[in-house]
Amino acid sequence: MAFTPRDRGYSHKVPSDITPQSTYRSRRTLLTAMAAGSAGAILAGWAARDARAQMARPGLRAGLAAPLSSLAGATVLEPPTSIQDATSYNNFYEFGPDKSDPARGAVSMRTSPWAVDVEGLVRKPGRFGLDDLLKMAPLEERIYRLRCVEGWSMVIPWIGYSLQELIRRVEPLGSARFVEFVSQSDRSVMPGLRPGALEFPYREALRLDEAMNPLAMLVFGMYGEVLPNQNGAPVRLVVPWKYGYKSGKSLIRIRFVEHEPVTSWVRLAPQEYGFYGNVNPLVDHPRWSQATERRIGEGGLFAKRRKTLMFNGYEPQVGQMYAGLDLKKYY
Amino acid sequence: MSVRPAALISHPYGKPVLAALLLLPFVYLVFCVTMDRLGPNPAEALIRSSGDWTLRMLCLTLAVTPARVLSGWHALARYRRMVGLFTAFYALIHALSYLMFDMEFVWAAVGADLVKRPFIAVGMLAFTLLAVLAGTSTTSAVRLLGAMRWQRLHRAVYGIAGLALLHFFWMRSGKQDFAEVAVYGLVLGTLLGWRAVRFKRK
Repeated sequence: MAFTPRDRGYSHKVPSDITPQSTYRSRRTLLTAMAAGSAGAILAGWAARDARAQMARPGLRAGLAAPLSSLAGATVLEPPTSIQDATSYNNFYEFGPDKSDPARGAVSMRTSPWAVDVEGLVRKPGRFGLDDLLKMAPLEERIYRLRCVEGWSMVIPWIGYSLQELIRRVEPLGSARFVEFVSQSDRSVMPGLRPGALEFPYREALRLDEAMNPLAMLVFGMYGEVLPNQNGAPVRLVVPWKYGYKSGKSLIRIRFVEHEPVTSWVRLAPQEYGFYGNVNPLVDHPRWSQATERRIGEGGLFAKRRKTLMFNGYEPQVGQMYAGLDLKKYY
Repeated sequence: MSVRPAALISHPYGKPVLAALLLLPFVYLVFCVTMDRLGPNPAEALIRSSGDWTLRMLCLTLAVTPARVLSGWHALARYRRMVGLFTAFYALIHALSYLMFDMEFVWAAVGADLVKRPFIAVGMLAFTLLAVLAGTSTTSAVRLLGAMRWQRLHRAVYGIAGLALLHFFWMRSGKQDFAEVAVYGLVLGTLLGWRAVRFKRK
């Protein structure tokens, strides 16, 4: 130490010499991290808000604005997919197998009036009109990754609330262990409802604890507007840590049951599509690798594929639900 | 004014004009790539579109001989090689797009994919055979192999047609979407069936 106090009345080292360097260094690191962390959380909100604000609002549909969610993990910082891509590249087999079919065909689907029957093992079953559902809990905006089992992904700002808000209100019985979601099936407007392939109406399901996870979301809008038909209007499910096929669109029924329901994809190809459908880079689809994904709209043709994240990056929020579960067996 | 088709077919500009026509899909794909017009998933669009064009060129290649025999316009024979080479050209674009944009030239990934997806293996086999035929398409290759052996080798195109159709069928079986597969199956089946009937009669 070059600096020594000349006369301080008593011989004393400078404070920085009393506290070992490693200790105060680590304390400073901690303080810096804390400051950056809290600032980061605020900035993260701003950045996400900015990201959305920068997107062109098409103004094609009724606005459905909502404040940004404060739920942990609910607002990723990756730039959202353009609404053009998110509304023209869809899997909605009721309207045909090609990804451009839903944008063309779904316009003819009537979404008003609309009601969702909630039934099965609950104390308070009932039919909920869309307005009832919209008023059930405060709407918020969440920016989730969406990973399709086919190997592509998007980032979408959804508007809705946690599915658990609805589940709490209907009071599931102790015997309810699974929740089944049934989608609209209307032959008059859905040319994809042909026999031989997927069984319709489309059925998906979650374990009750999965459905109660705050990240599981009942969705009414995206990009600050009501849902476009091809994206599952007027109300759909979004389960961000699972492959997209788990998130049923245009829901008409939610049923609480005791036994694991046989979902549409499991019925068609049980060796390819499991009940869980958790995003997992380590467990391949029998016919292709799930280790990487192509982010739609990112860098065009020559963009590198992204590494797929465990539980689609939501492992901190959902990983504990699957502790001890063999994810290779329960895919 | 009446134009005799046979005269058109024998016209010296016949080949360059057909070549220009068969190049149009490629020009369109290049336009789409450079202008970012391939939609939300450009890699997938390019791979699928080049595959579709390979199948169409294959149908056209196999249609040359039946058309020549049935119409009696024997000058059509001189287009056969060129159409076949265009099939190989679109197959090359298809295979390269897959290797570049789906596999990013990671050869370990390609190897794993060949095992995991039988339709990829079938496609690769068809492409390899097609490359052999393209490589032996020159007049000097005919001379070198001898006409008989050359012809026997080039009958592999019938096998390639079967493999290409199987490749397409398997690819679409994931979504059980067989409408287009049926169309190509019908066209290729007719073209090969015509040959089978003719062979039996001989």
